Amino acid sequence: MSSTVETRTPRTDEQSVKQARKLQPRTLAKIVLLTLVALVFISPVIFMIVTSFKTRPDATSIPPSWIPNPFSLEAYRTLLAPGSNTPVLRWFFNSMVAAILHSALVVVTASLAAYPLARMNFRGKKIVFAVIVATLLVPPVILVIPNYLLVSDLGWLNSLVAIIVPTAASAFGVFFMRQFFISLPEDLEEAARIDGANRVQMFTRIILPLAKPAMATLALLAFLGNWNDFLWPVYVLFTPEVQTLPPGLSTLQSANAVRYDLLMAGAVIASVPVLALFVFLQRFIIEGVSRSGVKG
Amino acid sequence: MTTLKQEGGAPSRKGAPRPSGTSSSREIRKQAAATPWLFLAPYLVLFIAFVLVPIIFGAWISLHTWDYTRPLKPFVGLGNYAELFRPGTGPFNNFWGAMQATGIFTLFSVPLLLVIPLAVAILMAKKFPGRNFFRAVYFAPYVLGVAVIGVMWRYLLDNNIGLVNYYMGLLGLPSDIAWTTSTPAAWVALVGVTVWWTLGFNAVIYLAGLQDIPAELYEAARMDGATPWQQFINVTLPGLRPVLSFVTLVTLIASVNMFGQSYLMTQGGPGRETRTAIYQIADTGLRNFQMGSAAAMSYVLTLFLMALSLVVFWLFRERKDVR
Repeated sequence: MSSTVETRTPRTDEQSVKQARKLQPRTLAKIVLLTLVALVFISPVIFMIVTSFKTRPDATSIPPSWIPNPFSLEAYRTLLAPGSNTPVLRWFFNSMVAAILHSALVVVTASLAAYPLARMNFRGKKIVFAVIVATLLVPPVILVIPNYLLVSDLGWLNSLVAIIVPTAASAFGVFFMRQFFISLPEDLEEAARIDGANRVQMFTRIILPLAKPAMATLALLAFLGNWNDFLWPVYVLFTPEVQTLPPGLSTLQSANAVRYDLLMAGAVIASVPVLALFVFLQRFIIEGVSRSGVKG
Repeated sequence: MTTLKQEGGAPSRKGAPRPSGTSSSREIRKQAAATPWLFLAPYLVLFIAFVLVPIIFGAWISLHTWDYTRPLKPFVGLGNYAELFRPGTGPFNNFWGAMQATGIFTLFSVPLLLVIPLAVAILMAKKFPGRNFFRAVYFAPYVLGVAVIGVMWRYLLDNNIGLVNYYMGLLGLPSDIAWTTSTPAAWVALVGVTVWWTLGFNAVIYLAGLQDIPAELYEAARMDGATPWQQFINVTLPGLRPVLSFVTLVTLIASVNMFGQSYLMTQGGPGRETRTAIYQIADTGLRNFQMGSAAAMSYVLTLFLMALSLVVFWLFRERKDVR
């Protein structure tokens, strides 16, 4: 084990150990550069948060200040006041319900579908998989008009079902889970089979417990995707009570063009759950994304 | 243990008769004929209803004057398409104006989103203190979603009170640029914000790809006296080929599908200059309910995108004996 590691990456290992002990000037320069770039990435988000705690005049004052003066919850109070025609709390709740149900639907259907595609031999398997993968290349815009009519016929327009169900036919999810199932050793199922387990038992008792990390990653990506989806909800949810945060923010923007304190407070409310997920689960998210690229 | 011969839980084995004496791997891949389809069923229901059927239904719609609000939907054959290719008509001008906007955006955003994240990934390829922190920071904007970043940058780019103009003024640069209401500034804003937003996504994928390049290839290149640049050209780029083609394709598709940034930051303005193809299709079909025309536009756009995808596949195809 250790010998293979050594023969594979002798230099980088030595180097990183050395660099960890004392920073070489080049590494230091790199870190300074990366820190400057990081500021460009962080500061807009920080300024958004700062502004959400400003008063209305303070939010548009020149020069812009990085500290709210006075510190104010006025924007949040206005947004969260009952009876508002921009019910941000309601949007938050709708977004949460939709994203959770959507994510669950994606994980369940994709895992079930991916298993036979990874592990069973049956007639039609290649065609089914090829068709699913081919639709990865179909731009979603082609589905917008016909799905609008379908959703309308199903009576789902202006209801959360419209943003939970149709987008859950995730080709990416099937592809992602199939890659994972293929990577598991087949001996596991063989052992289960000898113990008399049937297909469903193999799946639920052996495979699913092992697939938890992959399913968690897919669930996260599906949650984020649904939470942030914009075009589809903008057009299928029209009344404020059924909207989610992304179309809600758009409504808020057109209703309060220069009330930047309100807009930033709304944007902060929409960001908190995803930023929290990212802070605590970034390893899953980043690894999920990078895995999709390497295997793609 | 007692049921050593039982097959994968199938009550009847009629569906999958296989000659005996196969390997154990074959053995466990056997099951009743219906089993795989039962696993597939829930997904396939969604997939057929909301992906396959709509692809065909959309083509059918595009052959009609299909107004959602009217009972009659007369068949017009390729009329909607013909209209898109007849110069001087409203649909022609709107559609190709929007295609041009999408083209401009794609032309500038794709190269930047291929090169800058690669540079960032290479800077971060070797381990150093804080690497995971930087990776997370660069990726963070991507989790925010277009609605948040659109509303946020609309504020930061406000031409009177925005942070961007203020700091440009401090640096002695013009401080009254109308980032969201004039071109070419609006293009700089839309492309810049998109790069800021999705750079980390591409960088993370590159980073994973870089880590898959065996270190001994660099070792061998150094032994041959290759400079860092030669190592990049001869080791890094070929090693990244599959990742590069994936990133190119994903970035291309995302750019061609640009909608939210322009919807929220410029409202398609000034005039209709930053109104992208997706914006035009959504507006035609779902605001004005001219769904036949909108469907036709979406098929033309898809053909463009598929042609571009083929070019990408061709560019990154596996080449034998390059040198």
